[in-house]
Parts: sequence; structure tokens; C-alpha cells
Amino acid sequence: MDGLNFIIWIPFLFALIIPLLFLYISRIHTGWFVLPVPVMLFAYFFRFLQTSPEHAPVSQPLTWLSFLNIELSWHLDGLSLLFTLIITGVGSLVVLYSIYYLDKETEALHNFYIYLLLFMGSMIGVVLSDNLMVLYVFWEMTSVSSLLLIAYWYERRKSRDGAQKSMLITIFGGFCMLMGFLLLHGMTGTFSIREMIAGHEHMMEHPLFVPAMMLILLGAFTKSAQFPFHIWLPDAMEAPTPISAYLHSATMVKAGLYLVARFTPIFGGSTEWLGWVTLIGILTLFWGSFMAVKQIDLKALLAYSTVSQLGLIMCLLGIGSYSLNSGLDQAIASSLSVAALAAMFHLINHSIFKGSLFMIVGIIDHETGTRDIRKLGGLMSLMPISFTLTVIGSLSMAGLPPFSGFLSKEMFFSGVLQASREIGSWYVLLPYAAWLASVFTFIYCFILIFQTFTGEYQPEKLDKQPDQDAPLGMLISPTILATFVVILFFFPNLLSDTILEPVMRAILPQFGSFEVSIHAWHGWNTELWMTIGIVLVGSLLYARLSKWNTIYDTLPARFTINHAYTQGLKGIEHVSHRLMERHMTGLSRDYLIYIFAFMIMLLGGASLFLFKAGFDTGSNAPISLFEWVLAIAMVAVAVVVALASSGLLSIIAVGALGYLMSLFFVIFRAPDLALTQLVVETITTTLFVLCLYYLPKMHKKPGPRRFRLTNLLIALGVGGTLTFIGLSAQGHRLFAPISNYFEDAYELAGAKNMVNAILVDFRALDTMMEIVVLLIAGLGVYTLIKLRPARRNDR
Amino acid sequence: MKFTDMILQTSAKVAVFIILTFAVFLFFAGHHNPGGGFIGGLVTASALVLMYIAFDVETVHKIIPFDYKKMAALGVLIAVSSGLAALLFDAPILSQTFGYVEFPIIGTVELATAVIFDLGVYLTVVGVASMIILSIGEDV
Repeated sequence: MDGLNFIIWIPFLFALIIPLLFLYISRIHTGWFVLPVPVMLFAYFFRFLQTSPEHAPVSQPLTWLSFLNIELSWHLDGLSLLFTLIITGVGSLVVLYSIYYLDKETEALHNFYIYLLLFMGSMIGVVLSDNLMVLYVFWEMTSVSSLLLIAYWYERRKSRDGAQKSMLITIFGGFCMLMGFLLLHGMTGTFSIREMIAGHEHMMEHPLFVPAMMLILLGAFTKSAQFPFHIWLPDAMEAPTPISAYLHSATMVKAGLYLVARFTPIFGGSTEWLGWVTLIGILTLFWGSFMAVKQIDLKALLAYSTVSQLGLIMCLLGIGSYSLNSGLDQAIASSLSVAALAAMFHLINHSIFKGSLFMIVGIIDHETGTRDIRKLGGLMSLMPISFTLTVIGSLSMAGLPPFSGFLSKEMFFSGVLQASREIGSWYVLLPYAAWLASVFTFIYCFILIFQTFTGEYQPEKLDKQPDQDAPLGMLISPTILATFVVILFFFPNLLSDTILEPVMRAILPQFGSFEVSIHAWHGWNTELWMTIGIVLVGSLLYARLSKWNTIYDTLPARFTINHAYTQGLKGIEHVSHRLMERHMTGLSRDYLIYIFAFMIMLLGGASLFLFKAGFDTGSNAPISLFEWVLAIAMVAVAVVVALASSGLLSIIAVGALGYLMSLFFVIFRAPDLALTQLVVETITTTLFVLCLYYLPKMHKKPGPRRFRLTNLLIALGVGGTLTFIGLSAQGHRLFAPISNYFEDAYELAGAKNMVNAILVDFRALDTMMEIVVLLIAGLGVYTLIKLRPARRNDR
Repeated sequence: MKFTDMILQTSAKVAVFIILTFAVFLFFAGHHNPGGGFIGGLVTASALVLMYIAFDVETVHKIIPFDYKKMAALGVLIAVSSGLAALLFDAPILSQTFGYVEFPIIGTVELATAVIFDLGVYLTVVGVASMIILSIGEDV
């Protein structure tokens, strides 16, 4: 256990002791104990910034499932380093913020922090795994922990629905991604990403190249809430705000971007990859920012804005990946590669400013009790610090100087302009779509600032009256993030050779080395004019918002994607309910019919198929008189069972049948079996007699003809099938007998009783599982009887 | 359900003692002769059933104050951990071993780790069988 092999598991190990801390040290907020985990991890990963991350110590892979090519191997390069720093850095701030956000008296903190650490560990696992199967496992674990966190206040119906929606959509995508990984494995024979990148030249011509790509993209698009899968993200806002800031803006939704960036060396350069990633990205960017303007809930507004910003980064990654196309000349390729740089730079910026904005919205919610912008207003004088932080975050999001968002927004415009110039075809439309989307971004940023903090203060509409700004502890985290927003504008090159250059080497390894230098001023170029245009048009449209926002009502509700999702879910539930009702009648008679019918079909069918020749009794031993007597007695008892007029009589007859059977075992010298049969029969008969109390009285008159006919058919079928199998099994040897092995029981297990040696030694695993099943069945009976709701006591 | 049957109760007192002794014998005999944890457990359970039929639930519970749920769980725990213990000796899970040990008076005795596993089976069978019969019987 060295280095990364150990680091990966720290969050999971720590999650184990959270319940104890919560239970026994309830005086101190559990968050204070959790806080050191992300801080320590951040410090650990931060060290790699000084040296090049490629020189990070590579851990020995641990074998997990070697026969499937699956091993726990970790790889730290620029891209994973960037993500681990965001995960642990934002994670630290979020944990700090949550200490003040969640009340230690009333909230289930142990659940919250266990899920949070589970998520943190899985997310680090996603970005560090070199093996695709390990990546997949961690990927689904992030989905599961996200589900648990969205449903944290599970007594609310909306939380549960939102959690279900996110689960269904992301797990669907994850499953597609798994299939994509398997296709890649089929093409390359390895699960290691590094080995795939090393040998990717011949993959382009492979017929499975495009299917694998599309499946993996589905995984990335669902996770990163790309159009049309974005609908889960706004509903995920039911989670506590620290979670929205952490999972649903800064980290988990960026896993899809990570995946796209990670696979760029393999798929990048193909026109399909360029087309789909760019198209979906720009669509998401436009639709997200367009829809954000109409939201009245602050968190929903931020959710749609996150959707749109994710689309922006996705679009840039698509353009940047095309620089790997072998048909391009060097100058054009390197001008396109700037788009990938812009994507990564904007990803950092977005994590920072969106994290701080979410935390501020959490503060507003915490202090006023509402997030509805129709109720809010005039909070500027009451909450001056929150107001300042909102302005910084929003203007960075809108892409205005002097905030870091301006730099990446300009780079985004250069990227789409390059694409329209160099690639042509429909990509010439990109700058227009990007500009229009940015206008809407500008408008919702203004809504966020002005409709919350300026205007009329309406205390009568608020659930709580804020008397001053939030507690200092809550403001620390957003303040730190907002400070970074400003610092990164003035000193963007702090990032360039420490992290951005290694990241670019990881995304576009074919390029060799990269020189990154980011500047705010490029002269009066097209990008700057686009920004000026956005400010002018955006301000104008914001001022006349009430005049034109009726366009949101033109699309009828039944054409929305959400409507399709809800209807689909309802339909599936309806069909499965109908299907259940049809065959789960609640009558044990019907269930026995299913069981016996299947038994006849499977056993009878299989034996007819296997024992085609029928059976031959010629080689059997002669039947002695004693055996005849026993057999006739058994038949007689069986007739009594069927014809008995009372339930008690037939139960006792069944017991007698069992005792007669054990005599057969004695004759055939199987004392173990005879003994077992005898005792089992005794106990089950007692049980039957006890159960008789619950059974309905036996009907004296026979049932309708059809009912009796069905019973007759089933009885004949089961009897005939078992007789046929019993007689023919003797004459057919389908497999080599394994009994010879057990003959050495005394040498191998030191036991003269072969039966028992099989039970406790040779096949001990079977026995172990059997007693576990026995225990489960016993507990089932106990639960059904003891813990059922009180009823029918009047009998 | 409380009834008194002198003949049944008197004979049950003797029979239960014999059956339980036989059950212990079966449990240890299992290695070389018919028997073993499963059968021993069932025989023990049938002795208990006889007691519950002859006397009533409260009386028997006073004499044998076991919680059968815990007994069954303990059995599974013993069986599983005896299986896992093999891992500590770098052997595959559930490996059993045996040896011959010289004792001062009784002479050479074979000791097998399988007995521990079998004890788990025994406890589970007794626990589950009694648990089911008792929970149905008490409910009547």
C-alpha cells in the first residue's frame, strides 16, 4: 500500500467512523471532523503542482479480477490532477460551509457526511482510474451517492422524485458507457486507457469505432446534463445547497467533461466526435441559458445556467479535439487546439464562480426562507457582503472584466470563430449561436443580481426576516472563491505552466509541448466587439424583460422533454402494475399452478430431450418382496392423502408417507438419509398441524369441472414427469460421475462418513450458503408472523 | 393453548432426555458414522418440539430461556468465521484440516476443524427450526 493505492481509500475509510463520531461526540458538529479529509487530500495533490504531474510516483497496480484484465491501477496526469484539486479544494470549502448551513441539532449529519465522503472518494476514483472497469464502478458510485444526497430530505416528495430522475437518467447513461467500454475492450484487448491511447492509430478504421464512441458519449452527456438529458439537473436542486454547489455544479456534472477530455486522444480528430460533441454542446449552451431566464427559483436559475455553461465547455472540447485530425496543417491545428485550452480554463473558472454563487443563494435561502425571486428584493443594504460576492460571481459568469470569466469567455469566442473559419460547413453558425446564448447568460446574471438585491424590500412575503448578513462562517467559503475570481483575472498565468500545460499535454498528447499564455487585452478584435454587443443588447433586453418574456408560453407543456419523461415513467409504471396484477393473484393455488406447470415444462421437456431413447429397466436389480410391500403401502397412503375428508387426516397421511420413505433408505443402506428423513418428517408434520389452524376449512363438495380438470392435468403431469426421470436417470449417464473423488474421504478429510465429509469439507461452501438461506427463511417466517399489523384477532 | 396430560408430560420428561443425549451423540458421531450437525440439530429441535407439545410455551421458556433468533444467527456467524479463519493460514476459504492428538488417559484422538463448522450448522438448524415452530405456535 503506497501512494495513490492508499490515498484513494481515505474518504471511504473515514466514512466508516462518521456514525461513531456523530453518535458519541454530538456536542461538536460532525463537519469539523470531516473537514481535515479534503484539506489533507488537497495538500497531498497540491504538491504535484511543483513537479510535473507526469513525474508523480506511479503506484504498483493491485490485481483485482486478473482473469478479466481488471486491476486497480491509478494514473495521475495533468487532467486528473486538475480534477482532484477541484474535487478536494471545492470539497474543503463546501464542508466548511455545510458546518454552518446544516444545524447539528436537527439534521441527520451522519447520513450527510457519509454520502459526501462516499461521493468524494468515488469522484477521485473516477479521475484517477486507469482501468476502464474500475472507472465505471466509481462512476456509478458517484451516481448512487448523488441519488442519496438529492434525497437527503427524503420526507419531501420532490426530493425523492428529483433523486429518482437523476438516477434513472445517469444510470441509463452509465450503462451505455459500460457497453462502450466493452466494445473498446473488444477492439483493443485491454481496459487500460494509457494502453489504448498508445495503440489508437488503427482504431479509426474499426467498424465498432463509431458505436463505441456514441455509447461513451451517451454516458458523458447524461452525466454532464447535456441536452436533452439536462432535465435531471434542475430537479436535483432539491438537495441541500452545499451539495448543489459541490456535486451539481463543481464536480460530478463535470465527470462527463472529464470523460470527453480523457477520450479525446482516442476519438479526437474524427469528424463524428467533432460533430456530436460540438453540436450537443452548443445546443445545451443555448437552451440552458434561454431557459434560465424564465426561472423564478434562484437555484433553478443557477441549475439551468450550469447546464448552459457545461454545454459551453463541451462545445469547446469538441472543437479542440479536431486539432488531432491528421488532414489539417500545423497552423490550423494549433489554432483549433486553443479551444481545448479555453475549455479547461473555463472549467476552472466555472467551478469557482458557480460554487460561490450557489453558496450565496444558500445563504439567501437560509436567511430569508425563500428562493423565489418574486418575493425577494432590496436585500442589498441588509446583506452587503453577499451582494458584493453575487456581483463578482455573476459578472464573471456573464463574461465581463475584471473577472476571470471574461478571459475564458473571450477564448470561447476565439474558439468558435476559429471553428467557423477553418472547418466551415454548419460550423459557420457557431459564433451566432454562441453570441445569442451569451446574451441570455447576461440577462439571467442581471436577474440574479438585481431582482434579489435591488428593488423593493418585501418583508411581509418572507418566511424569516434577515436582520443582518449571514454568519461569518458561511461567508468564508464564497469569499475565498470570489477572491480567486478576481485574482485569476489579473494573474491568469499563475495557472498556465503549473496546471494548464500539463492538462493540455494529457488531452492532446500528439502535440508534444504546449506554451500557454493568457492575456486580457488582445486589441479591438471581433471577440471584444462581441462582448460589447452582448452588454448593449443584453441590457436593453433586460430592461424590457416583461415585454418579451411571453415567448416562454408559446411552447405548450405537452411538448417539453420533462413532459415526455413524466409520461414515459407513468406508462412504464402502469404497464408493470397491470402485469403484476394479472399473475400475482394472492391465491397460493395459482402460485402452485405456476410452479408445477414450469416444473413439468422444464424438467419434462429437458428429460424428453435428453433421454430420447426412453428407459430400460432390464439392468435394474430384482425387486424383493419387502420392497413390494413398502411400495404398495405407500400407494395406499397416497390415496388416503388425496381422498381424506379432513385436513388433519391428510397431513398425518403425508407424514406416514415420509416415514415409509425413510424405510426405503434403510433398505438401500443410506442411514444418514433415513435418519434425516425421519426427523425432518417429524418436524414438518408438527409444523403442518400448527399451520392447519390458519388454513381454510376443506370444501366438502368438489369444485367446478374446469378447476378439477386443471388439477388432474397438473397432478398427472408432475407424477408422470418425475416417474419418467426417476426411471430413465438410472440408464443414462450424462456426465462423468464425481463420486469417485469422495471415496477418498478418509485420506482427504480424515472422515469415515463420506456424507458428512461432503457436507462440512468438500462442499462446505454449499452448506454455508444453505444455512444462511435457512436463517433468512426463518427470519422471514418470524417477521411475517410476529411483526404483522394486528388483525384478525377476533377469530 | 394450555392443557395438561399427565401421561404425555411424564413420558416426555424421560424421552426428551434420551433424545437430547442421542442428539449430542449424533453430532459427534458425524465424522465417522451416520450423524453430523444437521441431523443432530434436527433431533434436538424435535426434542424441543416434544417439550412444547407436552408443556406450554411459558413453562418451557422458563426452563430453556434461549433466544432462538440469536442462536441461529450465532450459528451462521460461527460457520462463516470458521470458514474465513482458513484465510489467516493462507488457505482457501472454508478449508478444513484434521490431526491426531495424543491425550494422557484417553489415548489418540482425532481432532478436526470441521467440528467447529458443524457446530455452526447445528446451532443454525436448532435455532431456525425452533424459531419457526415457536413463532407459529405462539400465535395460535
